[in-house]
Amino acid sequence: MNMLNLTVKVDVSTVVGINFCGFFLEKINKGIWGKGMNKTLKRIRNIFDRNNPNIVAIIIILMILAVATIVLAVGLGPVKVSPANVANIILSQVPFLSGSIPHTWTDLDYNIVWGLRLPRVLLGMIVGASLAVVGVTMQALVRNHLADPFILGVSSGAAATATLGMLFGVFAILGEYSLSISAFLGAGLTIIFVYTISRVNGRINITQLLLSGVAISMIMDAITQIIILSAPNALGLHNASFWMSGSLAGAKWGYLSLPLVVMLLCLAVLLINYRSLNVLLLGEEAAGSLGINVKSTQKMLILVASLMSGVTIAVSGAIGFVGLMVPHITRLLIGSNHKNVLPVSALLGGILVVWVDVAARMVIAPEELPVGILTALFGGPLFIWLLKRNTKEV
Amino acid sequence: MDTRLQIENLTFAYSNKDIINEVNISVKKGEFVGLIGPNGSGKSTVLKNLYRALDPDRGSVHLDGENLFKMSHKASAEKIGVVGQENMVPFDFKVEEIVAMGRSPHKKLFDPDTKKDHEIVMHALAHLGMADVAKRSYLNLSGGEKQRVLIARVIAQETDFLILDEPTNHLDISYQLQIFDLVKRLEVTVLSAIHDLNMAAMYCDRIYVLKDGKIFFSGTPEEVLTVQLIREVYGIESDVTIHPLTQKLAITFLPESLKYN
Repeated sequence: MNMLNLTVKVDVSTVVGINFCGFFLEKINKGIWGKGMNKTLKRIRNIFDRNNPNIVAIIIILMILAVATIVLAVGLGPVKVSPANVANIILSQVPFLSGSIPHTWTDLDYNIVWGLRLPRVLLGMIVGASLAVVGVTMQALVRNHLADPFILGVSSGAAATATLGMLFGVFAILGEYSLSISAFLGAGLTIIFVYTISRVNGRINITQLLLSGVAISMIMDAITQIIILSAPNALGLHNASFWMSGSLAGAKWGYLSLPLVVMLLCLAVLLINYRSLNVLLLGEEAAGSLGINVKSTQKMLILVASLMSGVTIAVSGAIGFVGLMVPHITRLLIGSNHKNVLPVSALLGGILVVWVDVAARMVIAPEELPVGILTALFGGPLFIWLLKRNTKEV
Repeated sequence: MDTRLQIENLTFAYSNKDIINEVNISVKKGEFVGLIGPNGSGKSTVLKNLYRALDPDRGSVHLDGENLFKMSHKASAEKIGVVGQENMVPFDFKVEEIVAMGRSPHKKLFDPDTKKDHEIVMHALAHLGMADVAKRSYLNLSGGEKQRVLIARVIAQETDFLILDEPTNHLDISYQLQIFDLVKRLEVTVLSAIHDLNMAAMYCDRIYVLKDGKIFFSGTPEEVLTVQLIREVYGIESDVTIHPLTQKLAITFLPESLKYN
């Protein structure tokens, strides 16, 4: 938990994170000079040995990468800002430190970094981590690699209820959280619906699951479109392309706290229950015989997945395939034990989404691609490959 | 001998159709009790009600005098271990990880995996001669090896009551014998659904016969496995003898297409 904190909480923690990483970099350096290159290489290989991965080292490396990602990604875009300036601008915002940081940047740099890109990059981290963890959660729930909030229509469901909520002001009484809550309800309803349809004789039928996911996302997308087309001005930034393809473009500091808190809470709940998640992958009957209360665990998973996807989709729209790609890469790297899969997926998901978003604003600059279009471009083929492999195994 | 498991009037229906009806079974300490019957007679359904994959409509089950359905899942999993038919695990776990899952009923939420857990896991694998595959992927094992891993898991679970749900279905005969021998050697109390009548005759102390969801007959293998009962329950002719080497019943089925004198 702490590690994620370090990478995403800016005001204080990024600095702590950088110092923290510096400490480890120093250690790694000492290792290289002290014992020679060969041993270091061997050690690196040992860290990533799939049969016995050194999970602490992997998480530390990913945390360093995450911090580096934040600094680099903030600098990249139509207007480039050097990493040093980015780091200085960020550090200058830290109380106590601000006095000792040399003022090397222009006001334009500051506005771009602090006002625009940093919230966007941090939102990307949070959204990516959330989507990856939602993917892991849903895959444990349906016992299949192919589950992903986008593919199973959960994103579309969340978008539909979110737009409905905006149009009719259903949850307006809840103030700034109304959008997130209506998205959460849509996500929850969709998960329960898809899950119930695809249960045949107590087992999840994967064909039913995927097809009902497709049908539901079409229905929900249609609802979203109708609302958007009939009230184009009421929704502002949350236009059709936002909901359908996802975007981090409108990121503001104010968007960060709720998704961050929800993500950390849900991740904590899942990590506490990692044994249940592992055992659930053996099947419901085996899980029951190993002392897991299957029904309450499944309810917990549905609640966690709906909460995280609802809150995330409310701020970023439907960024697809992250929940599919990241857990898969993670399992290839470190195996299936959820104790490791959850934190590693969260970090990898954050890093991936931030870089895809960098690509999204660079590829056709000064225009921007919706980030979900790029994730679909990578994720779609992986999904097809998994689908092929899945049918071969069954 | 004290009774460990007492099943009374257990009834379960899928959508208004009775699958099992008023089933009574008792298992005493140290017994190996078999549950036989044709396909669809409800063997698996009875067992699933015991290991709580299904909730019965009526009836009671007491384990060591305690109402099983009032126990927490964790508490019952500390007493009852289950080996089912080989189940698909769609995710890539190492063998030792699968076996370590047998420890989960003994774990509270924040408990870490201890050295002792690891020793128990390795001991269980060594007991089945599988210590050398501990780091291998479970997905790449053969059916018989997978089933042995599941037995290792149930050993790691450290229960003294086993429920076996046709664990040797689809396995080669050598593995079938091996698995039952292993279970027998554990010297625990066993309730097992068994497909093969000769297996039931060789390993069981007592046998319950299920037909159409009801207990049709019960007793020792010699009392139960008679030519007449096999005809009534399975609708086939057979010849039952005592085998000179095993001193156990040997059942030979007599198909209609052959001629006998």
